[in-house]
Amino acid sequence: MEEFAWFAGIATCVKLLLIPSYRSTDFEVHRNWLAITSSLPLSNWYSDETSPWTLDYPPLFAYFEKFLSIFAHIVDPKIVDLQKGLNYESDSVIYFQRISVIVSDLCLFYGVYRLSKSLDIKKRRMLWIMILWSPSLLIVDHIHFQYNGFLLGILLISLSFLEEGKDLIGGFFFAVLLCIKHLFAVAAPLYFVYLFRHYCKGGFVKSIGRFIMMGIAVGMVFAISFGPFLYTGQIQQVLQRMFPFGRGLCHAYWAPNFWVFYIILDKGLAFLLAKMGFNIQTPAASFTGGLVGDSSPFAVLPRVTPLATMLLVVLALSPCLLKAWRDPQPRMITRWVAYAYTCGFLFGWHVHEKASLHFMIPLAIVAIQSVEDAKHYFLLSIVSCYSLFPLLFEAKEYPIKVLLLLLHSLLLLSVFTSKFGKRSSEAVGESLQRGKSDGKTSKGQKAAHEVDNGAGFVVGWVGMIYLLGLLVIEVWGQFLQPYLLGTERLPFLPLMLMSMYCGIGMVYSWIWQLKWIIKC
Amino acid sequence: MEKKKSKSKLDSTGNECWLLNGGRTLTFSCITVFAILVRVMVSLNSYSGAGDAPKYGDYEAQRHWMEITLNTPAKQWYQNSTVNDLTYWGLDYPPLTAYQSYAHALILHYFHPESVALITSRGHESPKGKLLMRWTVLSSDVLIFFVAAIYFVIVYYANRGKNKQQDMAWHLALILLSPCLILIDHGHFQYNCISLGLTVGAVAAIFSKNELVACTLFSLALNHKQMSAYFAPAFFSHLFGKCLQHRNPLLRVLQLGLVVLGTFILIWWPYLYSVDAVKEVLSRLAPFERGIYEDYVANFWCTTSVLIKWKRLFTTPSLRLFSLTATLLGVLPSMIQQIKAPSDQGFLYALLNSSLSFYLFSFQVHEKSILLPLLPATFLALEEPLLFRWLTYFALLSMFPLLCRDHLILPYVALFILFVLIYYIPGSRPTMNRGNSPTGLKKLVMILLLLCSLFLHIVYVTLRPPPKYPFLFEAVIMLVSCSQFVIVAVYSNIKQWMLDSSTWMNKEKKVQ
Repeated sequence: MEEFAWFAGIATCVKLLLIPSYRSTDFEVHRNWLAITSSLPLSNWYSDETSPWTLDYPPLFAYFEKFLSIFAHIVDPKIVDLQKGLNYESDSVIYFQRISVIVSDLCLFYGVYRLSKSLDIKKRRMLWIMILWSPSLLIVDHIHFQYNGFLLGILLISLSFLEEGKDLIGGFFFAVLLCIKHLFAVAAPLYFVYLFRHYCKGGFVKSIGRFIMMGIAVGMVFAISFGPFLYTGQIQQVLQRMFPFGRGLCHAYWAPNFWVFYIILDKGLAFLLAKMGFNIQTPAASFTGGLVGDSSPFAVLPRVTPLATMLLVVLALSPCLLKAWRDPQPRMITRWVAYAYTCGFLFGWHVHEKASLHFMIPLAIVAIQSVEDAKHYFLLSIVSCYSLFPLLFEAKEYPIKVLLLLLHSLLLLSVFTSKFGKRSSEAVGESLQRGKSDGKTSKGQKAAHEVDNGAGFVVGWVGMIYLLGLLVIEVWGQFLQPYLLGTERLPFLPLMLMSMYCGIGMVYSWIWQLKWIIKC
Repeated sequence: MEKKKSKSKLDSTGNECWLLNGGRTLTFSCITVFAILVRVMVSLNSYSGAGDAPKYGDYEAQRHWMEITLNTPAKQWYQNSTVNDLTYWGLDYPPLTAYQSYAHALILHYFHPESVALITSRGHESPKGKLLMRWTVLSSDVLIFFVAAIYFVIVYYANRGKNKQQDMAWHLALILLSPCLILIDHGHFQYNCISLGLTVGAVAAIFSKNELVACTLFSLALNHKQMSAYFAPAFFSHLFGKCLQHRNPLLRVLQLGLVVLGTFILIWWPYLYSVDAVKEVLSRLAPFERGIYEDYVANFWCTTSVLIKWKRLFTTPSLRLFSLTATLLGVLPSMIQQIKAPSDQGFLYALLNSSLSFYLFSFQVHEKSILLPLLPATFLALEEPLLFRWLTYFALLSMFPLLCRDHLILPYVALFILFVLIYYIPGSRPTMNRGNSPTGLKKLVMILLLLCSLFLHIVYVTLRPPPKYPFLFEAVIMLVSCSQFVIVAVYSNIKQWMLDSSTWMNKEKKVQ
């Protein structure tokens, strides 16, 4: 406990130090929600359009904002003023909102604490380093500004109950999570199958009884959150806000997922066919522009609809669902949930790069189980954190994000080698160091050789080359391209390269996880 | 935590030394990267004198020196002229600072020429300029202070027994994450990391028996900031004491003297063409025309001025004499000890004693000068954890009003907590000297003092002083800090002498 507080304390110090850093429009979004929930009656929450940043999270989150707004009002009434508070940027609002994120991270702390209390000390420390000191969470929550730590904390609490076999409470917390942020619904089918098969078992009567119990628990959560809106006749409006399918397939910066390759293929085919003499019409809408209208952005390949992406997600999920149906095991649930979010990330509609947090945090729990998992996590966490880099584009945060990622990889290397690497840890350190300085593969081969020898933690030469590729892309995007091509030509190229390159890592991770799930 | 990792490595693998080596590199790089990260985050904050026309603060001073050194020949750097108005942040540090400003000015000129343009850039403030200036501090810190600190830790622990990996990591983290230094350099804006880094290098060189290197590095430190002279008595007496033990004392003294002289000549070369030029520079370095103290610095003169109005009772020249005498008297005991029996451990105490004596008694001391005594206290963190912790707390307190003015309360709080957390690392605590852990009444007094200082922080931020005494809180903070500094100084002087007698006793035992 003392040690846990120490880890959490260090993380909190870093968070405090990040208060003056850059904040995205999400900061104003959340401020506006404070104002909406504070100054308007409940029936107007989802119809207010004073600011373009309308409320589009489910009702429980709105209640959470309402709760925060009470304190905001005490701190500085201007924060919660619908009109005067627009784009308010005084110290009071910055400190209030930043500290509200830091305090709401207590939820994450509790989740991690619950998960780690039965583990041995070494695994516990690994978990704390991976989650409490996660660079991605720091970047997204404490620089960019969001409440993911709070949300993921609830997910972790839910998972910790499921792992203990307390399905009812686990299911309840997942329902709470869904009513706070509906993007977490990707794992809902899995939760349903798992709870249905694991919780509602036994005799016919018992299983029916349990099913009803679960139904009541979950139903209550939904009733409390959506009930008031149903009562005021706002439910239509709420749902419309929550599912804005008017947005495009991809976000302005493409999240590194499957659709990146789809788009690239389309562009490539269009280019080839045009070369071969076919009459290809250039699509009216572009992908880099953010919001996309009705016209198809694809030149050759069929248009992707939200329904198609949903079907694809379910299809990708199906092996996992099948497993959960056949043999629902508490020790597998975290892995399955992480996989579900990976599928959602890869094939979902309008996915944000931030959504990679949804599977990175649960995967941390999986990573401590075996050396194979650790290797996978090491690669994936670096890739996913790197894919968040475009969120922070100002020069003053550049060293922060790079150092955060560097520190994270060093810490991971350190804990993984101390946990798993008994014989070959030196080779890793060496190959990493040498690899970073000269990039020769001979050291990588040495590391690969070590893999054959023992089950130590080694990144391996493929992984090493892949990670070095990240470095190359970063150097190209930040320094070489502006220098060689100037800032005018191909401005989208660095981001496109990043999406593609990180996409490869993500697809690899997806296949790896799928393989593992089918295997055991 | 880094320590715990190395500990867990120890646990899992017994003691295969190659693994420890591999682990040490990794552990050290983790600490280093974290220390850099903390500095970058602190540098997001405001600097001294931001937006405060027409004089601004230390940030503008440093920027102005860059402007002057870049645009005028070296001979004119310390001369009043139409382009170099010495009343507006005239250069008042030795030539090495000027060269450093010139080097940094070249970088700024390449990326952002407006920020160092002659005359027109006065009071220049821009996000890009700030970022570049911050990065010059950061790079100097990493290149000089970090390297020196790692060198020091490796040398200092070279001949220690078991558990040293943990202690090393802990000690390195404390040196690199010293809250005062980070706040002053990366918040307030100065380049103390360079002169202090050079001093750390010199100390490490003495520990590794490279006395010539030590002399060079310390001369460089002296030539970067004249405040490094706070350490000079300790260096002098230690090296002199060692020379006396040498086979050929005279030759050794000559050798060291020549190295020092050579370094000085090299640095002062542009001004050695005439005596007047040297005098001109020297007069810039010693601002004797200013009073014996300024603001509310927690030293002897300023604190006692509550009772004795020094400035009114005596003329400045006589005060100069007073302070010189007092400083020398304060330094003397530790110097004698080091000349008599120079030892590595005693040297660290001597550094602390001489710098504290200077801080308390010398002329024109600034709040920021507490960084100098703090450095040797950090070296002693393992032997004197309590002293180190105590001095850090009250050094922070004594700088609080200054940092408040710079709007650095947030990083102050965060770094303070970070310091406490790292100091009290859970689980495998480093093998600290537990002999002097306080008990009973002493502990109670200490807790009361800490609560009092915490209370002072809050009062200072929240309450307004009564209009009759506008600087009441500053004065109280000064009183509290100064009393603690005096106690620390007395204690460490006694310790240094006890060290001597204990080594004597050991020798006697051996003889018997």
